[in-house]
Amino acid sequence: MSTHTPARAAAPDETAGAGETPAAAKKAGAFSPAQLAAAVPGAFRKLDPRELWHNPVMFIVEVGAALTTALAIAEPFLGGAEESGGAPVPASFTAGIAAWLWLTVLFANLAESVAEGRGKAQADSLRKTRTSTSANVVVGYDEKTDPGAVSAATEQRSSADLTLGDVVVVTAGELIPGDGDIVDGIASVDESAITGESAPVVRESGGDRSAVTGGTRVLSDRIVVRITSKPGETFVDRMIALVEGASRQKTPNEIALNILLASLTIVFVVVTLTLNPIASYAASPVSLPVLVALLVCLIPTTIGGLLSAIGIAGMDRLVQRNVLALSGRAVEAAGDVTTLLLDKTGTITYGNRQAASFTPLAGVALDDLRHAAAVSSLADPTPEGKSIVDLAVTQGFTANLTVSGEIVPFTAQTRMSGLDLPGGSQLRKGAGSSVIAWVEEAGPVTGAVREELEASIRTISNAGGTPLVVAEKRSDGTARVLGVVYLKDVVKTGIAERFAELRAMGIRTVMVTGDNPLTAAAIAAEAGVDDFLAEATPEQKLALIRREQEGGNLVAMTGDGTNDAPALAQADVGVAMNTGTSAAKEAGNMVDLDSDPTKLIEIVRIGKQLLITRGALTTFSIANDVAKYFAIIPAMFAGVFPGLQALNIMQLHSPASAILSAIIFNAVIIVVLIPLALRGVAYRALSASQVLGRNLLIYGLGGVVAPFIGIKLVDLVVSLLPGF
Amino acid sequence: MNDTLAAILQVATLVLFLVLIHRPLGDYMAYIYAGPTAGGSKDLRVERGFYRLIGVDPDREQTWRAYLSGVLAFSLISVLVLYGIQRLQAVLPYSLGLPAIPEGLSFNTAISFVTNTNWQSYSPEATMGYSVQLAGLAVQNFVSAAVGIAVAIALVRGFARRNSGTIGNFWVDLTRGTLRLLLPLSILTAVVLIAGGVIQNFAGFTDVTTLTGGTQSIPGGPVASQEAIKMLGTNGGGFFNANSSHPFENPTGWTNLVEVALMLAIPFSLPRAFGRMVGDTRQGYAIVAVMSTLFLLSFTALTLLESSGAGSAAQAAGSAMEGKETRFGIFGSTLFASTSTLTSTGAINSTHDSFTALGGMMPMLNMMLGEVAPGGVGSGLYGMLVLAVIAVFIAGLLVGRTPEYLGKKLGPREIKIASLYILVTPVLVLAGTAASFAIPAVRADVEGTSIWNPGIHGLSEVLYAFTSAANNNGSAFAGLTANTPWFNSALGVAMLLGRLLPIVLVLALAGSLAAQGTVPATAGTLPTHRPQFVGLLVGVTVIITALTYFPAITLGPLAEGLH
Repeated sequence: MSTHTPARAAAPDETAGAGETPAAAKKAGAFSPAQLAAAVPGAFRKLDPRELWHNPVMFIVEVGAALTTALAIAEPFLGGAEESGGAPVPASFTAGIAAWLWLTVLFANLAESVAEGRGKAQADSLRKTRTSTSANVVVGYDEKTDPGAVSAATEQRSSADLTLGDVVVVTAGELIPGDGDIVDGIASVDESAITGESAPVVRESGGDRSAVTGGTRVLSDRIVVRITSKPGETFVDRMIALVEGASRQKTPNEIALNILLASLTIVFVVVTLTLNPIASYAASPVSLPVLVALLVCLIPTTIGGLLSAIGIAGMDRLVQRNVLALSGRAVEAAGDVTTLLLDKTGTITYGNRQAASFTPLAGVALDDLRHAAAVSSLADPTPEGKSIVDLAVTQGFTANLTVSGEIVPFTAQTRMSGLDLPGGSQLRKGAGSSVIAWVEEAGPVTGAVREELEASIRTISNAGGTPLVVAEKRSDGTARVLGVVYLKDVVKTGIAERFAELRAMGIRTVMVTGDNPLTAAAIAAEAGVDDFLAEATPEQKLALIRREQEGGNLVAMTGDGTNDAPALAQADVGVAMNTGTSAAKEAGNMVDLDSDPTKLIEIVRIGKQLLITRGALTTFSIANDVAKYFAIIPAMFAGVFPGLQALNIMQLHSPASAILSAIIFNAVIIVVLIPLALRGVAYRALSASQVLGRNLLIYGLGGVVAPFIGIKLVDLVVSLLPGF
Repeated sequence: MNDTLAAILQVATLVLFLVLIHRPLGDYMAYIYAGPTAGGSKDLRVERGFYRLIGVDPDREQTWRAYLSGVLAFSLISVLVLYGIQRLQAVLPYSLGLPAIPEGLSFNTAISFVTNTNWQSYSPEATMGYSVQLAGLAVQNFVSAAVGIAVAIALVRGFARRNSGTIGNFWVDLTRGTLRLLLPLSILTAVVLIAGGVIQNFAGFTDVTTLTGGTQSIPGGPVASQEAIKMLGTNGGGFFNANSSHPFENPTGWTNLVEVALMLAIPFSLPRAFGRMVGDTRQGYAIVAVMSTLFLLSFTALTLLESSGAGSAAQAAGSAMEGKETRFGIFGSTLFASTSTLTSTGAINSTHDSFTALGGMMPMLNMMLGEVAPGGVGSGLYGMLVLAVIAVFIAGLLVGRTPEYLGKKLGPREIKIASLYILVTPVLVLAGTAASFAIPAVRADVEGTSIWNPGIHGLSEVLYAFTSAANNNGSAFAGLTANTPWFNSALGVAMLLGRLLPIVLVLALAGSLAAQGTVPATAGTLPTHRPQFVGLLVGVTVIITALTYFPAITLGPLAEGLH
């Protein structure tokens, strides 16, 4: 596996706060009047029946609107409905119904427009990066004899004409002409156009950070890039299509919900169509505008109008968090994930080890060990070295913090680093065996010391730490081992709570690490993951995913290296880091522009929220029908059967007012719920039963009660109109 | 003993009976349908002989399509044979000298009995001789019930199996259900009914001189044997026109209770078999809880409405006794009526047409629920499981997971099937009722010939007829002459489509579920055995019914009953 350190190492406070919605996302969740105004033209454009046809529920509303409009125009000449439910209806009744039906369709279109509009701004800024640049294409690139393409001939070509496999040279200050992998060189690249992150990132040939994206700018040095995408199909092109919602395909769950809604719609069409024949036997038939009003009130317009906005907003919420889902299906699958594969380094632990304690050998003063360890680390630039000094200082080490003497750097051969002091004495720290060998150059090490040292080393290893042995050679030539520094893999603060939360949501976490099983077990226990895969190879990772999937689990993972690609492709949700190779990005179905592996948890949450929002509004929409029946049915038949006035439990003013009020409520509720559809229903990590109980209470019971109040309030206003 | 105490004792006895029988009967059904490979039973010698005779390999399992072909072929042959027997009545022995049954009525009756509806557009004692009753109708009482159970078991196998292309063998399920379940139970209960005073003879008509000096022709017949399967198989077709209000079919208060118990025995035990077969009996108890809740709500409502009937006659009698037998009283009548309409039996011991206006709405609503509480033998379970699929889908969305029920994912295909299923009967009921009034020629006939009570009550009678036919109940509101070309054909079509379309969909669902693997349950999985889910499923069932039928109900019973 790749031992990848995130480009933007997560700070402790960030991890702790990841459970809450980031402030930026919160701001983006609400929508402003300006956004609403900008969406109005789009709402009108979507009235085109050819476009509306894809949404059967709203299409029926539009047909009803057209029909009632025609009736409203014809009525003054032909004479129209004069009474309903035994009371006269005003002349403006049909026109009123028609107007509100058009508004119902417009409101639904508006919801979709607003959702789409939020992606548009981002798409526009992305589009700017796509402007055509000229590329230095290497003619006859030969990677063996001239990998740097120093002597090869180049020709100028427009970036739009680049094809797969072309090799280009990009130097400082130039835009990278297309997506590709660096085959030679190293450069710092400004990727802010895509990620919004202003700090430049380093990209180099070979390894896991070789991918570059078209439209980003090289700030220093010179690189040779092999183009890996066709024009028009680049990463930026895909991003634009995604944020604009153009390539949005319906997810399986959305399709299933659409089918259920269509079925309910058919039931209500049948109910409406059969009403007049049935009524004709015992009562007078109902006028056409009233029938249309009944139908529109019954069919699930609330969810029908908001369904596509919910989907677009779900994708958008991911984009806000700098995650690009390459398919809506992946977002939905994220909500279903039951197994989460998390890389240890960077996700569960901070990327580097930190000194946790000093353990002196018998006969060595703690002060001596601390002093030696700190001094030898003063010049050590690694985070581990810095953490030793920090620990010593917190424990009271007060010596001069400036380095004097000759620094001995760490090498793979010596496996030690240290300092040769001006006085002739030497300090070394490093792996146990190397340090002992160094001490034995001066004289033998006793068995007792060896044993004590090994015991210490074993204890630290068992606890998941790394032992660092410290020794000194005095100026008189004698040498001795001082003790051991315990370098600890520090588990991020708050991560155990996150895992407990995930467990409550029914998600199993598996830690993946290259460490030995002993170390892995210790860290797994401390972090509170459910399982771990130690000494993991890409093959084992792939096998683990397959095993989980055979058991019916849905697996999510993050990865960045080319060797992660098969596992990313196999996983149901594969999140590739933007710093990773293009192979990894191709294989995954999401890309995290921040390259933050902890974001996987956030993605799961967004996926769940998307489903819940759909379910909540569906339940609300269906539950609304109860009140609408109680408004409209008495208004239809109470004239013939006065007893049915008992069903008018809202005490609505008149039949005309009751019907119009129901229609108005039906339209207005769509607008009222747009913010909820865009923001998503609040989600808490509770068990399924608790979440269901809560949502049934709010959206089920609330959906029954709310329209009773709403329709009554509208009726109070409508009854003030003359004639109603 | 006062009425209330008697009522409480009856209900207590009934509940005790169902509690006692639920487990052994459910386990027994799970055993006979599981087959030897799943730890169930082997073929009997007589069964092997029968399979050889019809050329079926009992060890060969069928895909859902093959299973469905079996059901459809068997139903088609059954309709043809039953039609033939009726048309040939004049030449058959033991026909009591009755003529051949007319074409339209034969068509209607053949479909009626094959679809387990037992709608009777005729007066049996004056129309059907013993040969038709025994060789035709009684046979269908057994096999149509067995078909219903077989389809339910096939759906249960769909839930229980993993990555399987097959859902059982229809011919084996049909044979086992008939021979090992319905036949032995019917023999046992026939004896009980005979002991209670139900007649069993081949006496034909006996002419007697009444006390007033007039003569009366009293029909006899093999009633007890018919009565047993009529109730056990939730068929409901009476030997006599008066059905279970006839003293020869249902002589006393306690035979009345026995008949109620028989109707409920298999439908309330099937969920136990379901629980056993899917390996989690709690799932079965949850389904029983849903059925019981709906049953108790409806039964309580009907009893209260009938006990407080308005009108001078009802007040003088203390309750609405019109159309009820004094030997059963209000309670015995409402218990029977609720049971009969909630189980798709359709037998009656009182005239639903004479119930109070709102009381008469209850049997109608019971059927409109889709016959699921507990519903007909087999059909009740599969109907409820389809509703559970819808409930789980909505619940799944509400908890943020792709919904799964018993480890099976409910994707577009499953929801499509369930959505179509809940469409079938409302469309049949509403379209049939509307057509009766919308087509001018039909309307003239319906108003002129069929409806005895013009006005809203007449509308309720037609609505009731189509509700009963499309839901395969078979009870009649009475007060409607249904032996007319329009009703014989329209109700015949409603019964046929109301039976076969759901079966097609249920078997398709079974096939689609069986082909899936199983998703393991986690803390994120919504438990479907807790009271919360029971409440949700009750709610979904009621809401779907209410939203579909509210306008029609308003124009019928509500318009009549609300003052």
